[in-house]
Amino acid sequence: MAERWGLPIVAWPSRLRPSMWDGIALPLVFGGLILLAWASRQMSQPFHPGQPLPISLDARYLPEYALRTVMRMALALAASLVFSITYAAAAAKSRRAEKLLIPMLDVLQSVPILGFLSITVTGFIALFPGSLLGYECAAIFAIFTSQAWNMTFSLYQSFIGVPHDLREAARMYHLSPWHSFWQLEMPFALPQLVWNMMMSVSGGWFFVVASEAISVNGSTVLLPGIGSYIAVAIDHRDLQAVGYAIFAMLVLILIYDQLLFRPLLAWVQRFKVETIVGEEIEPPWFLVMVQRARLFRGLAWLAAMAARASSRVSQALPALPYAARRNRRLDRILDIAWAAVLLGGAVAALVEIVYFVRAEVGWTEVGHVFLLGAVTLLRVIVLIALAAVVWVPVGVWIGLRPRLARRIQPVIQFLAAFPANLFFPIVVSLIVAYRLEPDIWLSPLMILGTQWYILFNVIAGTLALPTDYLLVAGNLGIRNWLWWRRLILPGIFPAFVTGAVTASGGSWNASIVSEIARWGDTTLRATGIGAYIATETEKGDFPRIALGITVLCLYVLVFNRLLWRRLYNLAEERLRLD
Amino acid sequence: MPAETTLAADIGIGLVAAHQVCKTYATGEAAGRLVLDRVDFILREGEIVAILGKSGSGKSTFLRILAGLTEPSQGYASYRGRRIENPVHGIAMVFQSFALFPWLTVLGNVELGLEAQGVPLSERHHRAIAAIDLIGLDGFESAYPKELSGGMRQRVGFARALVVNPDVLLLDEPFSQLDVLTAETLRGDIEDLWRDRRIPTKGIILVSHNIEDAVFLADRIIVFGSDPGCIRADIPVPLPRPRDQANPIFRSLVDQVYALLTTVPGAEAKRRTEPIGIGYRLPDASIQKLTGLLEALTQPPYEGRADLPKLAESEHLSTDDLMVMVETLQLLGFAQAGGGDIEILPAGRAFAAADLQHRKQMFADHMRRAVPLAAHIRRVLDERPGHSAPEGRFLAELEDYLSEEEARRVFETVINWGRYAELFAYDIDSGVLSLENP
Repeated sequence: MAERWGLPIVAWPSRLRPSMWDGIALPLVFGGLILLAWASRQMSQPFHPGQPLPISLDARYLPEYALRTVMRMALALAASLVFSITYAAAAAKSRRAEKLLIPMLDVLQSVPILGFLSITVTGFIALFPGSLLGYECAAIFAIFTSQAWNMTFSLYQSFIGVPHDLREAARMYHLSPWHSFWQLEMPFALPQLVWNMMMSVSGGWFFVVASEAISVNGSTVLLPGIGSYIAVAIDHRDLQAVGYAIFAMLVLILIYDQLLFRPLLAWVQRFKVETIVGEEIEPPWFLVMVQRARLFRGLAWLAAMAARASSRVSQALPALPYAARRNRRLDRILDIAWAAVLLGGAVAALVEIVYFVRAEVGWTEVGHVFLLGAVTLLRVIVLIALAAVVWVPVGVWIGLRPRLARRIQPVIQFLAAFPANLFFPIVVSLIVAYRLEPDIWLSPLMILGTQWYILFNVIAGTLALPTDYLLVAGNLGIRNWLWWRRLILPGIFPAFVTGAVTASGGSWNASIVSEIARWGDTTLRATGIGAYIATETEKGDFPRIALGITVLCLYVLVFNRLLWRRLYNLAEERLRLD
Repeated sequence: MPAETTLAADIGIGLVAAHQVCKTYATGEAAGRLVLDRVDFILREGEIVAILGKSGSGKSTFLRILAGLTEPSQGYASYRGRRIENPVHGIAMVFQSFALFPWLTVLGNVELGLEAQGVPLSERHHRAIAAIDLIGLDGFESAYPKELSGGMRQRVGFARALVVNPDVLLLDEPFSQLDVLTAETLRGDIEDLWRDRRIPTKGIILVSHNIEDAVFLADRIIVFGSDPGCIRADIPVPLPRPRDQANPIFRSLVDQVYALLTTVPGAEAKRRTEPIGIGYRLPDASIQKLTGLLEALTQPPYEGRADLPKLAESEHLSTDDLMVMVETLQLLGFAQAGGGDIEILPAGRAFAAADLQHRKQMFADHMRRAVPLAAHIRRVLDERPGHSAPEGRFLAELEDYLSEEEARRVFETVINWGRYAELFAYDIDSGVLSLENP
């Protein structure tokens, strides 16, 4: 024992003896560092508006572009993490902050992501004049907005859901707030956070592609990356180049999956609060390497030192504050004051919006935009219904065959992560070639990337159905429609709703890029609010962009409240199996 | 022994003390619900005190006030004469649910408290390993809690508490989530440590609903009465350690505590002669179990009368379960309890002998007579034109007396009984009570 738990300094040199995994780890780490350094230097290149950024369709340049794209993704993910931890911690710790932050988050997550890009790009450019950094920041910010909200929600929910007895134990054993945050709250939130991060990144690929070609005041800046590559391929009607881009993206997603998420998912298993040992996950090779290679152990030792330093910091801080004897009256007064401040702010913002719209746009146009929103709403509803009709039977069929399901699940996860906008050119070229009606045929693009969530969840829901139920149904001779109506549909309903909520949210977002499409110099335009926002963004008409986004946002909010949340509650309360 | 004498006998400040502690929880009523009423308590050096009471008697809340985790509404708790406002160094706690951090190993969990105190790394290791060895967990240092059985997990809980060398150990139902054998082994081990003075702990407070645990471990047993929680009795346990459960004095002490817990003296007896109110905290007994117990009571070996501790043992019932059932049977007038015994009444005998339909009829009659809430619901439904009413109105009425959670529990109990007795029907989707069964 004494030897095992002796001073770590004594144990340190023997730990450093290289293992076979170091052979792979060393070049990976240093190669990665060099690439990162190079890519980040590229980001801050001097740049003046109007100056062309050459994007070559030569496949040899694709690795470079892919690296730049990955870099944006990684930065956005890091920013999302920092943001979500701060925001969620604030919302979970302060009752008053919670009142503002949580509804705000709900609104933020229904704002179309590309809308953020349209609104913020000018600001970012002004921030870094004469440099490409402003454009980079705008693109990264757009990706950030596609990732941050759901991560924040997940963290917030975990923070407020920390089991009561663990909180009491932390207080009983005098953990400081700092210590308790890192020892209790964060570890508890980790599994859910990693899962949401994975979903976020899946969605993020779509926007990384969409946000690299930035239009400002009528001119388009192409940031080197896969998204710009494909934009240029569309200009040149080059289907072969589109194919290259799709392949490059495939490789990228695979690498992210293998190097980041598989290891993370396996690693966070230990943070799950379960009373029994769950299903063991086969440790992914990269995790094995990280855990075995001496080099990484050295890094782990550094991390342990940091943790120790942090624990020293925490001792300087006071113990968890006692739920102080509240002054009820003062509390009430503060509550009322805070509510008044919030209400006042909301009223002021509303007045400002009304003035703004009246001055710049006019009420007829507002009505027109609402009408366009209704058209897009109709599209979303029809498409979700269609996707359900197609994928529910398929999903149930797969789900009833668990072995097939296990094999097919990673494929579907992959399909969900794949940015559907890379396929748009192929579909659009067909529409152009056969002169199809854009109002109808552009619509499926909206759901191209998000339909997989429905399939994925239906499979998972079917898998989760207890075998007893199926056996009983067989025993009672329940077949055909009755079998669907009484057993399968109620059984998979909660899973279906989860999938459909995700799919519908994604479709609203996709409307901005899918209701308007180009192939060479042909532009196809469908009627809808997405096309409206895209057109105004190209023109750089700020008031109209704001109007379009606000209306779209309203539609999403109302649609979610009236339909999805109700279905969700119904599923939660009535049809849960456990 | 009445509560008033508890303090009178005491000289000095003791290790931990409570002075006129009250706790009120907010409910629909402005005054809130009183869960602890002017509790005076003292833990002296060198003694183990067990606190027993029915669930809902506020004994867990009381322990949390002593721990500094909950703030009393009035009065205060003190540790060595200093007021407890936060968890204090010197008092450690073992939790019913273990409350181990699942992402830390056994060693990490045990070290946690030391780390928070800023104990240097090497000393931390040594002390943690020593505590782990002491509690019999050596070899499991690097295991994660989820790899361990319940008994082993609670040992980690004890090691985590003991490693900080506490003066006072608070045990919150530490054995209640373990099976009987495991619980008895752990209990015995703790007693060994205490008897041989291998731990520096100078006093232990055990909250439990298991009478045997209390008599086995404690030097003094304090019985809490419910509604609101207050000290009803303070019983010394003068048995030498280690104690033998077969010892007649041991058995008679168990019987004595059983009798205290099942009979209703003082304030509660007064309520029995006056009818109970709508806000009475109905015990949530399952009708299936009640029926089974009544049937068993009519048959040999009991023949209508049984010793409660023996009944619990031979029918494999936990003390808590049995207590709930005894209270329900008394409430409905099917049986009466006294002196640690239960005796079946003629109505109970008739119920056990009847067939299913007659049982329902009898249950309905007794319920309307003995449970004001059931009678009230039925009356409202009879009077209303549509013979239906939303649940909200009854829940609101209950919340005048009870916390929201407790109101919901009582409501669900009365629904459950009412459905069985076919007094009324309830539709969970609409939350509507009615006279019509579909």
